Amino acid sequence: MQLTFRGVRGSIASPGPSTVRYGGNTTCIEIRGDEGEIVILDAGTGIFPLAQDLLKELPVRCHIFISHTHWDHIQGLPFFTPLFIPGNKVTIYGAGDPVSQRGIQDVLNRQMEYAYFPIREAELNAEIDYVDLPDQHRVEIGSVSVENILMNHPAMDYGYKVSCNGKSVFFTGDHEWPTNIFEPEDEDYDEFAQEIEARRLQIVDFIRGVDALVIDTSYTRAEYPSKVGWGHGTFDTSIAVAREAGVKHCFFTHHEPTRSDDALEQAFHQALEQNAAGQVAHEPEFHLATEGKPIDIPASEGLPGALAFLDI
Amino acid sequence: MVPQEKIDDMVDAMPAFSNSVMRVLDLTADINCSPRDIVAVIDHDPVMTMKILKLVNSAYFGLRQEVVSIKQGVVMLGINTVKNLAITIAAVGMLPRNSIEGFDSQEFLLHSLGTATLSRILSHRIGIPAKESTDYFVAGLLHDFGKVVMVQSMPEEMEQALNKAANEDIDLCVAEQEIFGSTHADFGAMLASKWQLPAALINSIGEHHELRTEDQDCPMRDCVVAANILTKKIAFGNSGNPQVTDLPAQVASRFGCNADDLLAQIENIDEQLEKTRSFASV
Ligand SMILES: [Zn+2]
Ligand SMILES: [Zn+2]
Repeated sequence: MQLTFRGVRGSIASPGPSTVRYGGNTTCIEIRGDEGEIVILDAGTGIFPLAQDLLKELPVRCHIFISHTHWDHIQGLPFFTPLFIPGNKVTIYGAGDPVSQRGIQDVLNRQMEYAYFPIREAELNAEIDYVDLPDQHRVEIGSVSVENILMNHPAMDYGYKVSCNGKSVFFTGDHEWPTNIFEPEDEDYDEFAQEIEARRLQIVDFIRGVDALVIDTSYTRAEYPSKVGWGHGTFDTSIAVAREAGVKHCFFTHHEPTRSDDALEQAFHQALEQNAAGQVAHEPEFHLATEGKPIDIPASEGLPGALAFLDI
Repeated sequence: MVPQEKIDDMVDAMPAFSNSVMRVLDLTADINCSPRDIVAVIDHDPVMTMKILKLVNSAYFGLRQEVVSIKQGVVMLGINTVKNLAITIAAVGMLPRNSIEGFDSQEFLLHSLGTATLSRILSHRIGIPAKESTDYFVAGLLHDFGKVVMVQSMPEEMEQALNKAANEDIDLCVAEQEIFGSTHADFGAMLASKWQLPAALINSIGEHHELRTEDQDCPMRDCVVAANILTKKIAFGNSGNPQVTDLPAQVASRFGCNADDLLAQIENIDEQLEKTRSFASV
């Protein structure tokens, strides 16, 4: 199995000289199964460069799993060129919108309404199927299986575990570890604390032991207090969960769009230091997700971009 | 009664109680509104609570766990989704105070809140862990949900039933049975099971007037049955049913006493009920 980050930026694409090293496209992850199966997680602007590459291997049969329908995770979809070419077959999976009670197809169709895009969904030439996923469902695609679990974000948001011949990758989508909505002096505080801890453990169990965890790590410790409830994780929570779930490699993603490459590296190293990374047994290898380079799973130790502190 | 296919549309179109609708609109106008305030409003409104539990437990979500309370809904879906569901429900409108003769929605809401509060208090008394007491509150809050749906969807017949019960001084269930061929308890339980709500909740709603012999041991139902009777005894709100009975034998034996003694044993009952009154006042 092989994983390639096609977009690692959160919220909005941010190209420019200060983001060239890690990349400026919004979320998209390409995963290739051992038998060539193509699984794509999210369709942010990063799906466009992937589309260019796929044109070299027509006809394309691929499976796109949408974590949630916020713009930065679907914005590239109308520009996914394989959708326009007859003979291609694309299946799109995801959760609908619970508030309007529309399925994933409806949500995406509206993205292609004439006011927003010149070509209507009905005019796309590829064969396109849509699948609304219930919580914790498994989809088999050749040698690959994909399982989803509901995460915590201001939208229906699925995390996906992609497995192939005993190797596995888990992607959180956008995710904030749930926080208590009550104050410690409130009557309901303890009960709510138990409920969120049970839910946290359920997600950790789902992730347990994966070869690679790709996790929303938008904020630093200093930034988080003003962003509670926005639906994103921090370096601290990501490091703690990677350890608890016993993953081998942990890739931080959904980089803040305003963070330059230098600032990102600085935040990364500061977080590793604050969490005494490398000083606990069975430490995962931590990485900043970087656009473009294919990574074999299981990844070998000392992958480029891996822990600088291992040498310390 | 109402054709099965129409029931969902009818319930979706049903407005919530006026006070909670106004509070939801008011609170959510501020982007920084406190999640716990929103949750408190939703979980004191039987219509909002039922609509959200219905959706969250539906095949649409396909969640692995049953969701019994709004707080659990928040844990699963996040506060933002729950908040937006509440705004959608609030947008439907407000239940009129007196849509039909003999049914006052404010008084009905007070009765539901009283039953919910006492059901939770009684659960402590029989040793139910604190963690589950919220579920007992929900069961009390929703026990008469069938009634409010019937008032909305079959107003003429329901007015007949309420008048008959009042004029002849008979139990509302008897009057409903004559007019509809079933009761608000049956109707509420039918909705709850159609929506795949948890079994204990369905039993509590369906048997709150009449215990069935099967399923002997349902502490949640027994708490709701007792709470409903005590709420009527102290005339907290008005359910539209003039008849007040004593505890059925099975419920009396669970609590080890009759209704009057049970009432006397609950400490600061007035104070505890007054806290919930604010959720019903306009
Ligand atoms: Zn995002
Ligand atoms: Zn998002």
